[in-house]
Amino acid sequence: MPAISLSKAPQPASTDPAQIRNFCIIAHIDHGKSTLADRMLGITEVVDPRHMREQYLDRMDIERERGITIKSQAVRLPWRSGIDGGEYILNMIDTPGHVDFTYEVSRSLAASEGAILLVDCAQGIEAQTLANLYLAMENNLKIIPVLNKIDLPAAQPEKFAAELAKLIGCEPSDCLRVSGKTGEGVADLLDQIVAQIPAPQGDANAPARALIFDSVYDVYRGVVTYVRVVDGHLSSRDQIQMFSTGVRHEMLEVGVISPEPVPSKGLGVGEVGYLITGVKDVRQSRVGDTVTNFNNPTKHPLAGYKDPKPMVFSGLYPLDGADYPLLREALDKLQLNDAALVYEPESSAALGFGFRCGFLGLLHMEIVRERLERESNLSLISTAPNVVYNVKLDDGKTLIVTNPSEFPEGKIQSVEEPIVRSTILAPSEFIGAIMELCQSRRGVLLGMDYLSEDRVEIRYTLPLAEIVFDFFDKLKSSTRGYASLDYEAIGDAEGELVKVDILLQGEAVDAFSAIVHRDKAYAYGLMMTAKLRELIPRQQFEVPIQAAIGSRIIARENIRAIRKDVLAKCYGGDISRKRKLLEKQKEGKKRMKMVGRVEVPQEAFIAALATDADIEKAKAARK
Amino acid sequence: MSALSFYVHIPYCVKRCGYCDFNTYTPNELREGASLQTVSGDYIDAVLQELEVAKVEATGTVPTIFFGGGTPSLLPAKDLGRVISAIKERWGLTPECEITLEANPDSVDQEKLSQFREAGFNRISFGMQSVKPHVLKVLDRTHNPESVARVVHDAKSAGFQSVSLDLIYGTPGESLDDWRASVEAALSLPIDHLSAYALIVESGTKLAAQIKRGDLSMPDDDLMADMYLLVNELCEAVGLSWYELSNWSKAGHESQHNIAYWKNADWWGLGPGAHSHVQGVRWWNVKHPNLYKENLRNGISIVHDRELLTQSQHQDEAIMLSIRLREGISHKDLTEIQKKRAIGYVTTGHLSDSGWKSGRVQLTPQGRLIADRIVRELVV
Repeated sequence: MPAISLSKAPQPASTDPAQIRNFCIIAHIDHGKSTLADRMLGITEVVDPRHMREQYLDRMDIERERGITIKSQAVRLPWRSGIDGGEYILNMIDTPGHVDFTYEVSRSLAASEGAILLVDCAQGIEAQTLANLYLAMENNLKIIPVLNKIDLPAAQPEKFAAELAKLIGCEPSDCLRVSGKTGEGVADLLDQIVAQIPAPQGDANAPARALIFDSVYDVYRGVVTYVRVVDGHLSSRDQIQMFSTGVRHEMLEVGVISPEPVPSKGLGVGEVGYLITGVKDVRQSRVGDTVTNFNNPTKHPLAGYKDPKPMVFSGLYPLDGADYPLLREALDKLQLNDAALVYEPESSAALGFGFRCGFLGLLHMEIVRERLERESNLSLISTAPNVVYNVKLDDGKTLIVTNPSEFPEGKIQSVEEPIVRSTILAPSEFIGAIMELCQSRRGVLLGMDYLSEDRVEIRYTLPLAEIVFDFFDKLKSSTRGYASLDYEAIGDAEGELVKVDILLQGEAVDAFSAIVHRDKAYAYGLMMTAKLRELIPRQQFEVPIQAAIGSRIIARENIRAIRKDVLAKCYGGDISRKRKLLEKQKEGKKRMKMVGRVEVPQEAFIAALATDADIEKAKAARK
Repeated sequence: MSALSFYVHIPYCVKRCGYCDFNTYTPNELREGASLQTVSGDYIDAVLQELEVAKVEATGTVPTIFFGGGTPSLLPAKDLGRVISAIKERWGLTPECEITLEANPDSVDQEKLSQFREAGFNRISFGMQSVKPHVLKVLDRTHNPESVARVVHDAKSAGFQSVSLDLIYGTPGESLDDWRASVEAALSLPIDHLSAYALIVESGTKLAAQIKRGDLSMPDDDLMADMYLLVNELCEAVGLSWYELSNWSKAGHESQHNIAYWKNADWWGLGPGAHSHVQGVRWWNVKHPNLYKENLRNGISIVHDRELLTQSQHQDEAIMLSIRLREGISHKDLTEIQKKRAIGYVTTGHLSDSGWKSGRVQLTPQGRLIADRIVRELVV
């Protein structure tokens, strides 16, 4: 049997680096990474078949349900090579699969010597996978191309083998073929990992240097920090130090994941494992930082630590104002586990008290919101997402604007907005639709390449602001779901940007203000005023709805005064029903928000802030 | 306890009208192929049985009885008369006791009207709805518009003290001129009382389905408002004074039974689905006539559900009901905050200025159009 029992396998802290192989798996959502990982756990016998369950490594409900991995993990798998018969330790380092977490992906890659490029051979490679593949290649990782799901009837292994070969410069015959579902080809894949991926290199006698590639908050243990030791040695008796902060921590536990945590004496060169120091907040143990020994610290940190910067901002408000303290608690709790999440309190005349939150990207935003709602049982409203603007004033000062309400009135010299380089992969029949969409979003075409006969890679620069507003949904709907998107920030550029305010009876409603390109201001104004005219019930007086840039009105609608609001009949049998309706309306009235004298039902705010995609989702949920 | 009024529900119709969601059934719905005679034969017996077991000891005599439905005029006068007699026997009737019959113009003639008079009825209310055939068609009404004039005269000569007509406005396809024609036709007859109801589209009706499909569309609220103001103006011009949101009458011909509802008096509703309100408790009977009969036969309670109102629910209800009346609400019955809210509506012309000065909250015609909104503002 190629599996080796854990007790007989080489032990942590005393494994020769030559016996170690560190690898990660690069794959798109749905391409079967978790299933393949499950098979590896089974075949190496680190998980008893009786305890096996699907997506074993995905801890959060949300990961399992959405089929995506948010936080990465590392599992130590003992393996006897079927080729040379030697004993090896394979460390599988799981990577988040999404563009928003590129930085975390890059840290996972930095902890590995090789990467499995896993592609569903019924779908082909996706844009985000491609981006991560390029990252891996830049990191000089050995790439093993693997076609998954060969058991599917729709599998086209020849076609996609050719595509992968072209991308990484190998022969189509070099692509391994596996089925995570049936286990076919998985043992061969493990042998190839041993054969092809280089063993880690490091100086065992140098001061300890270990890279943090993940940091997870656990309610019972505090922060669990995942590290890859590069040089030296970390032992359970050490005091350690974080290079970026200089803070000293007691080591409470060190160990490996196999796939449950197993404490060990320490970790040596090339090994991957976890540390527990009693820290309660992941921001004190940040991804990318270097861990060293407090008594014998290194002078040279490992490359690449940076603070992840939020790119997208949105206001999050509890539907029920009384839930504000609960939302604060929930955010505090979430931040323990998500160093990239930033937030500060803000208040909106329309929505009450809430938080302006900063996210790495749209998916990050969605996940945070979903986790807040699910784990803390909150109902939230979010304002339209926006990006960070650098506003230069006439007096030379620069203002950083993360909220349309902070956008200064007049006296603006210029406004800069973040620009991204985006890559879209799609079947070539959708080229026209994609180009049309990108052009309408102020995109500039950079280039286009055919990956295979009928699949194409299209590159555009786009203002990030155009992407954060329902671009992805539009892209999906105009390509029948086939297109995939990846983007990376490439800097800021000046844009003709203005703030459009929406006024009800002359009073601006902060939640609806938006910073948009001058050419689109009119369309935004028309869209919002028309939407609100439908959503706001008639009042006892006429209510003008206006869209304005500064003091200039660019669109206007009117809600006529109500003339009739009475039920004609109220006899014996109607009284209870009518009183119950009145009680319901009383409750509804309490949830009304006042904008000046205008009563606006909360549903109107929610509906006005919803995108077309939200509405589709809500419809689907009702079905 | 206050005087006790009675409502008697007659849950039968020859045909269900497209807009109607009342608790009424055609004979065929109750038993396939059955005649009205067979399904209603033992119904009055059941009502009398409910009356017999009624645990209520009214101190005074009964001031009003109202037979509604359904189409009460479908049943033989002597059967309805048995109910009147039973009430009279147990509690006695006031000398001026108002006994009302709801009637379909097609279901009565001179002879039948005389029989109803003999049975004790002194007030009759005919469902006229409209004089325009295209409006009646949308409403699914079967009666011939010409027969209304005939039955009003017949009722008068049979000796009914009060004759009332019901009209409906805001039917899909009805213009302001159509409506004017209907109101004028009604007012040209020797009536004492008129009810005019805005059409309410109740879910589950044929009309609701037609609107949902887009076959019909409801007139907008502004037209409905104009229709209301028109009927009010035309009634007042011929001496029918407004006394409740949807009701106008000659002096002394206000419906005492309905006023009992709006003044939160006590009443007992007999029959399936009928609501009662006695000493602060509201309850309602099981809905289906068959179940109602069966439960009574088997000695099982026919009460479907009940509610005991809290003090604040009771106050809200009182405001909701009494604001509908000409007398309105006394300042004494409002809190200081409610009065403060109300005074805003005096300024906007929705509440009568002179009424306010005499210590009452009374709706103007403009105010009546938004009465529900004013109630919401007051009770919130």
